[in-house]
Amino acid sequence: MIRRILKTRLFRHYIRDPSAVFGSIVLLILVIGALFAPLIAPQNPYDLKTLSLKDFLKPPIWLEGGEPPFLLGTDDQGRDVLSTILYGCRTSLMVAFGVVALAGTLGTVLGLLTGFYGGRIDAIIMRLADILFSFSTTLMAILVLGMFKRRGVLPVIIGITLSAWVRYARTMRGSVLAVKEEEYTTAAEAIGASNLRIIFRHILPNAVPPLLVVAAVDSAVVIMLEATLSFLGVGVPITEPSLGMMISIGRKFVYAGKWWLTVFPGGALIAMVLGINLVADWLREELNPRIQRGKIV
Amino acid sequence: MIAYIVRRLAQGILVLLGVSFICFIIFQYIGDPVWALVGKYGTHEQEEMIRKKLGLDKPFYIQYLVFIKNALHGNFGMSYVSRMPALGIVLERLPASIELATTAMLIAVLLGVTLGVVTALNPDSMLNRLIMAGSLFGISMPTFLIGILLILIFAVTLKILPPFGRGDVIKIVGGWKTGFLTLSGLSHLILPAFTLSMYQLAVLLRLTRAGMMEVLGEDYIKTALAKGLTRRTVVLRHALRNVLIPVVTMGGLQFGELIAFATVTETVFQWPGMGNLLLSSIYENDQPIIVTFIILASLIILSLNLFVDILYAFLNPKIRYD
Repeated sequence: MIRRILKTRLFRHYIRDPSAVFGSIVLLILVIGALFAPLIAPQNPYDLKTLSLKDFLKPPIWLEGGEPPFLLGTDDQGRDVLSTILYGCRTSLMVAFGVVALAGTLGTVLGLLTGFYGGRIDAIIMRLADILFSFSTTLMAILVLGMFKRRGVLPVIIGITLSAWVRYARTMRGSVLAVKEEEYTTAAEAIGASNLRIIFRHILPNAVPPLLVVAAVDSAVVIMLEATLSFLGVGVPITEPSLGMMISIGRKFVYAGKWWLTVFPGGALIAMVLGINLVADWLREELNPRIQRGKIV
Repeated sequence: MIAYIVRRLAQGILVLLGVSFICFIIFQYIGDPVWALVGKYGTHEQEEMIRKKLGLDKPFYIQYLVFIKNALHGNFGMSYVSRMPALGIVLERLPASIELATTAMLIAVLLGVTLGVVTALNPDSMLNRLIMAGSLFGISMPTFLIGILLILIFAVTLKILPPFGRGDVIKIVGGWKTGFLTLSGLSHLILPAFTLSMYQLAVLLRLTRAGMMEVLGEDYIKTALAKGLTRRTVVLRHALRNVLIPVVTMGGLQFGELIAFATVTETVFQWPGMGNLLLSSIYENDQPIIVTFIILASLIILSLNLFVDILYAFLNPKIRYD
């Protein structure tokens, strides 16, 4: 089984692409750290019992005044920065996964319907998509979450999904329209294949690669957006871990020279997004039949 | 062409009506204006009086029509916090936002297109690989983080640029206060403008580079080179012109994104613009200001979209709308 995976074209290309390998390793470390945060984190930063105010604002361990177990220092509540980062990454990944699942499903279904049936539904939904796109996901999310005053992971997921489905719908619709023109689809129709069969056997398999690329790029965008919303105070509440929230707290101490409160969570955020973007870049080149390894055919 | 413009205008007005309807619903159902005006200790009679005075006892559709009528007259109600006309408060912040956004856009377009062309012409040089790696960082960093890191480096550690505010401003025509004409105003502009431009810069760079590499392989480029035209002429006159079409479209369509990121940037740098006002109004539940912001932003975004579409038709004669 493993040997078969190692022999595929996809894997051979992957292993020859250093930036993709680097990106996926960074991403893997962060995902494992986030998944097993309760086991590896030295402290549960959101369990008040384990916090002690006398540990507040300790610098990283290699600086004067730093002490174990606070490897990367502590914040103003005595929370261990490393532990908070691990728990914060959990929130980031949860939101990214939630939005990709929700917006991906919604967008795929809408794109399929509009592309396949066309007509008035198509005109209305795609016009709505254009408008949402020009208002930008970020602006929509800030306004919606700001107005409705719900804080937490689920509201953030819903607030972002409200306009994030557009990218999936457009991609899906494009693939549907392209496949509908192909001769094999016409042939399938001619021999009396049902609409469902055409959708599942011909359209969906062709639409998966571009949708995968959109999902990869999208999860990077969503992670940045969650951090931004939490930083602005309209994302997850202060009682839940979030990299954006950490940076917003750290900002108050930037002038006091407590740089570790912004630099470490910021670094984790950049590493996560960069990792995803590197993998997404590789995926895009790999799945695009027009481009072969950087050369345009 | 004219028919197309008229149809797009009609669509734009329809969208604005939709936005205004949503805003009206927000007014109606999120936060009771009567409660906001009477306050915690108002009596029932006072409440009824204000309800009548504001026309809130009338049927739903009449209220909506009144809302539209007032909006068309530039009357978006009074701010709940400062008790001044909402439109005035928002418009007062407009110059600061426009100066920040145009500076950022200028940096993004000039640097983005130039670097995109340069890296496309010589993709394997060390410096250009470095630029591409930098652009990857550009799209992997949220705006607020870029801002804070720039503050940390240039304001806190090196102490060469101011960390927040707009500096000294000079009043020019029509109450427009500009920061372009004072040294302090310009030095305050540098960090936020670069912060805001960074993402757009990276996107434009990557777009220009990809477009340029694709176009340079086309037959007409080879023909032009074979004719003996200089490389410079071919790149600037033949290739770049075709590359710029998607770049211009992207720049125009991304305007909503620019407003969103400007909101974030203004918050980080306490820049006294519209975005900063929006966030503080959200914290203070100042609905009239939020609604005014939404309608104004929609107006700007929709007219820019229309402008870009028309420009697009002029740039690319192949496209005909009918």
